[in-house]
Amino acid sequence: MNAANFVRQSWVLLTQRYLRQLYRQPAVIGIALTQPVIWLLLFGALFKNVAEIPGFGGGNYITYLTPGVVIMTALFSASWTGMSYIEDMSTGVMDRFLTAPVPRGVLISATLAYQAVTTVVQSAIIIAIGWAIGATFPGGALGIAALIVVSVLLALAMAGLSNGLALLSRQRETLIAASTTLVLPLTFLSGAFLSLHLVPGWIAATARYNPVNWAASAGREAIGAHPPWGTIGAYAGFLIIALLATAALSTRAFRLAQR
Amino acid sequence: MTGAAASVPAAASVPATGAVPAAGTAAAAGTAAAARTAAAARTVPAAGTAAADGQAAGTAAPAAHAPGTTEIVPAAAGTAVSAEGLRKVYQSRAGEVLALDGLGFSVAAGSVFALLGPNGAGKTTTIRILTTLTRPDAGRATVAGIDVLTSPGRVRSVIGAVGQSSGAVTDLTGYENLALQGSMNRMRGAGLRRRVAELLEQFGLAEAARRQVRTYSGGMRRRLDVATALVHRPAVLFLDEPTTGLDPEGRAELWAVLTGLAAQAGTTILVTTHYLEEADQFAARIAIVDRGRIVAEGTSGQLKAGLQGDSVLLELAAAGQVPQAEAALARVAQVRQVTAAGAALRARVADGPRALPAVLAGLEAAGIPVLSVTVARPSLDDVYLHHAGRSFRQAEGITVS
Repeated sequence: MNAANFVRQSWVLLTQRYLRQLYRQPAVIGIALTQPVIWLLLFGALFKNVAEIPGFGGGNYITYLTPGVVIMTALFSASWTGMSYIEDMSTGVMDRFLTAPVPRGVLISATLAYQAVTTVVQSAIIIAIGWAIGATFPGGALGIAALIVVSVLLALAMAGLSNGLALLSRQRETLIAASTTLVLPLTFLSGAFLSLHLVPGWIAATARYNPVNWAASAGREAIGAHPPWGTIGAYAGFLIIALLATAALSTRAFRLAQR
Repeated sequence: MTGAAASVPAAASVPATGAVPAAGTAAAAGTAAAARTAAAARTVPAAGTAAADGQAAGTAAPAAHAPGTTEIVPAAAGTAVSAEGLRKVYQSRAGEVLALDGLGFSVAAGSVFALLGPNGAGKTTTIRILTTLTRPDAGRATVAGIDVLTSPGRVRSVIGAVGQSSGAVTDLTGYENLALQGSMNRMRGAGLRRRVAELLEQFGLAEAARRQVRTYSGGMRRRLDVATALVHRPAVLFLDEPTTGLDPEGRAELWAVLTGLAAQAGTTILVTTHYLEEADQFAARIAIVDRGRIVAEGTSGQLKAGLQGDSVLLELAAAGQVPQAEAALARVAQVRQVTAAGAALRARVADGPRALPAVLAGLEAAGIPVLSVTVARPSLDDVYLHHAGRSFRQAEGITVS
């Protein structure tokens, strides 16, 4: 298999299928953009006074919340990545691609690329809205870019898992149940909305091993005044390992799916 | 190997054989065989294997001796598809399901071959194995001389596949679907655009080309599916129940395209169907599949001739005379068996038209008036009944009215 062909086929599938489909479903775009705004406004109001609790470290809660919502949104939308496979398996589109000389890796990389593109756009928009309602970004453009990068890394790790689950279960219901069961606990077992100094010890301990917390911490540190790049780099490294693991899982699931 | 299939100028190069009327009739066999030989010479090297001819022909022989098959004609020069001893067991909640039980057959290059059988007979599993979508538990298969199990990637570049459900992305237009499939087959640029335009024209989709597929009718979607499978000019085209859900007009149109492809472009076509009439009318050869095995194989004519016998159907003026009529018919030398239903009688004879005068004379001698007489050649349904031990409709689970 040659690399140039792999990249070209992935690119064609991304641009001539996935992005085109998205573009033709304005309702989907609308909902995807409304959701994080609701999170920002809702959590912003709900936890308004949290920042004043001793131990939180003071400061502006919207500034604290914005990277959390960026990360949560990346996780949520990536958890549905596998839906497109399930749809394709039930309509016959999957068989059509599998009988063409397309490496299975192309079918995976195209969905991951799609998830990366949508996550970049979504994260950028949430950051802009956060800024508009009062968040500050002392870390500047570099910090914001780093936040977007970790949101993409987390999204890709989740997308790989979602693809794998989709290929193994082949059922919409199973994927929905698995995603919802996984995504909310992962989010709340992290420092996405509350400083880990304020949560019970076992949650703080669990969060250390939670990729969502890695991404939220790295993103929040990155937009701060003096980003500890070493720590951020280490979190990014862990996320890349998680991403490779779930990509390997979905590749394996592809083989198993062809029973 | 890359792109070999795309470079086969299949459609472009065979001008003369367009006159072949129907690949399905036994009478056309002479012309069709010539076309197949020519096609084989072209399509087999396209697969990129020098060994294809000899190897495939070699493997074809044992496959031909399927159980219950007595009337085998040697395959034409090239063998495009060969399957041997395919076995497949599915695990289901209810236990193991034996989908294929030593199924084997071979298809001559450039011909239309039908796998005929009721739902659940194993047709789809066979197609899925041959198109690399699943692997058999035992047995082997080659497509265009390429081993399906050891080189699935190479098989994919020489085949087109149309599944039972449409493979079109409905948010995309017809044009976009075709172009996307071309890219997946490593075609690009002006060559791809020309090919897409050509197919849209050929399949009557040019006007709808810029519309999203969700707006297409069932017939249009099916045509688009076939066009999509043909973008890269495959040597072998697989279609799983392509006419299911189409109206009679749509079916006729699709079959015209398929038989034309085989005759003019030399494309080998392997199609599954559970419509007896379709297989009868359009396929050069038919394999009857039942419970995961091929129970009979041959041309439609051979399969029917294998039954050795026609029926003479007689309608009597009076139902009360049926017993005398049965006795009278039993005395006619050519009649082998008589069955009665109401005022109608069915006499089994070797050759209907030749036996008819003697049958009528026998009844006249007994003084039994006859209202009408019909000579019926055996139908594929009779063939199915003979080999599978049950009627096609019973196998399909449809109650006979």
